[in-house]
Amino acid sequence: MRGSGARMAVTTKPSDTLDGGRVARFDPVERLLHWTIAAMFAVLVSTAAVLYVGSLSALVGRRELVRVIHVWTGLLLPVPVILAAAGPWRRGLRADVRLLNRWDDDDRRWMRSLGRDPFSRPAKFNAGQKLNAAFVAGAAVVMLLTGSVMHWFALFPVDWRTGATFVHDWLAIGLFVAITGHVLKALGDPVALRGMMRGWVPAWWARANRPRWVEEPGVGAEER
Amino acid sequence: MGEKPIGRRVALGVIGAGLTGIVFGAKVQDAMERVLGPITARDGTGLSSLFPVGRFRIYSVVGRLPQRSDADYRLHVGGAVRTPLRLTLADLRAFPPLRLTKDFQCVTGWRVHDVKWTGVRLADVLDRAGVDEGAGGVVFRSFDGAYTESLTLAQARRDDVMVAYEFEGAPLSSAHGGPARLYVGPMYGYKSCKWLEAIEVARGAPAPGYWEVRGYDVDAWVGRSNGRDDKAV
Repeated sequence: MRGSGARMAVTTKPSDTLDGGRVARFDPVERLLHWTIAAMFAVLVSTAAVLYVGSLSALVGRRELVRVIHVWTGLLLPVPVILAAAGPWRRGLRADVRLLNRWDDDDRRWMRSLGRDPFSRPAKFNAGQKLNAAFVAGAAVVMLLTGSVMHWFALFPVDWRTGATFVHDWLAIGLFVAITGHVLKALGDPVALRGMMRGWVPAWWARANRPRWVEEPGVGAEER
Repeated sequence: MGEKPIGRRVALGVIGAGLTGIVFGAKVQDAMERVLGPITARDGTGLSSLFPVGRFRIYSVVGRLPQRSDADYRLHVGGAVRTPLRLTLADLRAFPPLRLTKDFQCVTGWRVHDVKWTGVRLADVLDRAGVDEGAGGVVFRSFDGAYTESLTLAQARRDDVMVAYEFEGAPLSSAHGGPARLYVGPMYGYKSCKWLEAIEVARGAPAPGYWEVRGYDVDAWVGRSNGRDDKAV
């Protein structure tokens, strides 16, 4: 893919990858952060299931140990985020957070049709990804706060413990739905999934799925 | 139309809703239990048990769910009594049965409405063993090897305190503390020692139980202890 972007824009065939048409999507810090959070989330979900689903509690027991693992994994969840966002290596992450935050008319169009509108032309992230990112970010903060109230319950009014448990339980179900959706979408698009593994996507994929992204100046520098 | 920071608004909205939920969630939860509790109680599929309404949470303080077959089960009654007893499940069932329907209230906030228990009055068991004059209280031990509980003699003799062997009309499952457990109707759930193996009448004041050593109130009346004001039902 040594040709110009304009010429390549008319062809979106898989064979483009064969001659190395790549677009950088996530830098190493972002990928490390993503998979660290994913692993911690897997620990949180599995320990939560054991604490919460009666038949699993009965099967595993060791409630105290499971509880300690769950609580500490949750409390440590902000650490990788802070590490990734604090150093000079944060450029890619900050740029993507900015992109996830901003919604434009095309995102509204995407949202109204849930991505089926053929005239919707997403940039680096589509509106579904933006909504998922915002919800998961807010929900993670709430899970951390409610979990803290549940853990250090003696410091708070007693009603707060019940309230925090209530929020923690229901939001856990909401988060589970959101993350399951996220994983299913990734499994349904292996090219996008590999983008989070190796950091780049084939140019044909980017042009077909994120057209306004590849049109931005500076994107796809690896192509040339 | 330009770009808008919708992402930030969504995240902050979720956080705001979450904080509101911490403060007012107890009231919402109570209302939901009242409305949805009776529905989930009748759900035959068991699916609704995955939602946090009107459900028991199974707590065990040890590494596994303690198991004991009905045939192997024995309840020892000893300490300051005239006649130490070794009761089988059949012995327990031979006592006049006591049936209670009451809300089960956990000190962590969850409540299950109208739970049906069948068992034998603890007072009947104590009377058969014959409590010594001047005994101070009763200690309960679980065959999980770790959990203990205690009651004063007056509490132990109440009509809503029993050794339960049936739950919702069926034999008490291991998850709920079977083959037999203590059920202390007017107190928070942690008093109702599961997997009951031994009842020991203490000469002096009884030693505090598992959670009481860890900061819970010894007299665990629903609505009048542990800083809580739940409705006692």
